[in-house]
Amino acid sequence: MLIKKSNEIPSSEITPKSVYLNRRTFMTGAAALGAVGLGVDRVAGMLEPQDEVEAAATKLQTVKSPLSTSGLELTSYKDITTYNNFYEFGVEKGDPAANAGHLKTRPWTMTVDGLVKQKKTVGIDELLSFRPIEERVYRHRCVEAWSMVIPWAGYSLSELINWAEPLPKAKYVQFLSLKDSAAMPGLQQIDLDWPYSEGLRMDEAMHPLTLLTFGLYGEVLPNQDGAPVRLVVPWKYGFKSAKSIVKIHFTSDQPRTAWNEMAPREYGFYSNVNPNVDHPRWSQKSERRIGASIFSQRQPTLMFNGYGDQVASLYNGMDLKKNF
Amino acid sequence: MGCPAMTSVVKSGTAVSFTALYHSTMMNKRVLLALKVAVWLVCLAPLGLLLYRGFGNNLGPDPTATVTHATGFATLRLLVITLAITPLRRLSPRLAWLVRFRRLLGLFAFFYGCLHLLTYLWLYSGFDAGAMVDDIAKRRYILAGFTAWLLLVPLAATSTNWSIRKLGGKRWQALHRLTYFSAICGVIHYWWIVKKGVRTPITITLVLAVLLLARVAWLVRQRVERQARVAA
Repeated sequence: MLIKKSNEIPSSEITPKSVYLNRRTFMTGAAALGAVGLGVDRVAGMLEPQDEVEAAATKLQTVKSPLSTSGLELTSYKDITTYNNFYEFGVEKGDPAANAGHLKTRPWTMTVDGLVKQKKTVGIDELLSFRPIEERVYRHRCVEAWSMVIPWAGYSLSELINWAEPLPKAKYVQFLSLKDSAAMPGLQQIDLDWPYSEGLRMDEAMHPLTLLTFGLYGEVLPNQDGAPVRLVVPWKYGFKSAKSIVKIHFTSDQPRTAWNEMAPREYGFYSNVNPNVDHPRWSQKSERRIGASIFSQRQPTLMFNGYGDQVASLYNGMDLKKNF
Repeated sequence: MGCPAMTSVVKSGTAVSFTALYHSTMMNKRVLLALKVAVWLVCLAPLGLLLYRGFGNNLGPDPTATVTHATGFATLRLLVITLAITPLRRLSPRLAWLVRFRRLLGLFAFFYGCLHLLTYLWLYSGFDAGAMVDDIAKRRYILAGFTAWLLLVPLAATSTNWSIRKLGGKRWQALHRLTYFSAICGVIHYWWIVKKGVRTPITITLVLAVLLLARVAWLVRQRVERQARVAA
């Protein structure tokens, strides 16, 4: 009997794309479940507290969330943790992974002040156990026109804001990152007005998609990704999502934000992902997907990074070309 | 070594030291060959590395950026190295042989410039003429980069001995001073693409500045010496 071998059909054609993507999602879920089972990893760290074991990956217990984006192929853990913009640790993409090792993420406190009923300070462990940690897969679009798909772990920032009890006068929220010259070699290399600051309008900050983030891929954030606590605002360019946050400050006026202050023509306060408003130096119509082959990296950028259904109403009646 | 191009340079009365030294330091042929091979290898290394990484599917998380940066840096560095030949050669007659590598280095700079431009045309504009025109009109860093490349085109085209003969040494040399402006445009292109506050282009800028100032210093010195001779 003659058995003919056909090499003409690639395997991706045989398996319908939706099925194998679902399988990926399923596998991510399975990995998360596995993580729950192994949730006692921290014991290892407690045995030898003097060791810098804290730097090693620690599992987080995560629950599923309806706000997670489905049907997307995740960017690899390696790419998410070695290709970073975190200028406190240097300007090259590999610098944060190389230099963030000296960042001490424990003990860590976050202060909530400004227009609040009462100034409060909260420790990182308290923050971690404050609400169930959800896994939220989000598109991540950098202003430099590259993008990833990241399975973050955290809960809506609105939970924390409600706890912070801002006064009715509070219309904006400012986020301040850690400024530690000893651990952050980038502070001397770049002329940004440190500490890094970012800000949101109150309704943006209260939006359920805005994530107070503690982990990715079911593990605590590696230092280079903004440990131990950062913001993720998936419909805005990545720099709006402040990393290693030490202070949340409520104000009545639009707060100063680092890049906007540095180059207001290039980085607007809103910085919503918008393919129709070019950056002065490059087009924002398309993006390069990190981890894809050089032949298929380029893909169209979506309005509000694909989250328009949920967030477009925040900007009703606003000229997004003016308020870029 | 009866090289007609060099003779014409002598006749036109420019770059006297250039030719005199060229003939005076007949380098050992074997050493010269070894050096030529080494220069070729060094110049091909950035491309070789890219191809090696490309075929190994190892161009990093953002392969488009990897190729863009590698070809851009190779162009700028080779341009600056090319511009270093003359000031270095002037330091000592024993360095005269360096000039034999100038054309090779310059052509390699142009080669990488072409690859860099091609990367942009292919991976950024998708060979869309409309998008390109739009980019050049709107984005000054693209205009600067394109100008830098454009200035190299006539230089590459007139890099043959035949061209030097045809143009005459003096005119050929004048034309090839465009290299300075190409390198300056290249450095401006670099400053305009990095974020404000980022100082990574400072090294190459300083090196280029030193190389250009060395030429000014040389001119001044020659003028002073000539005046001294006239006075005497």
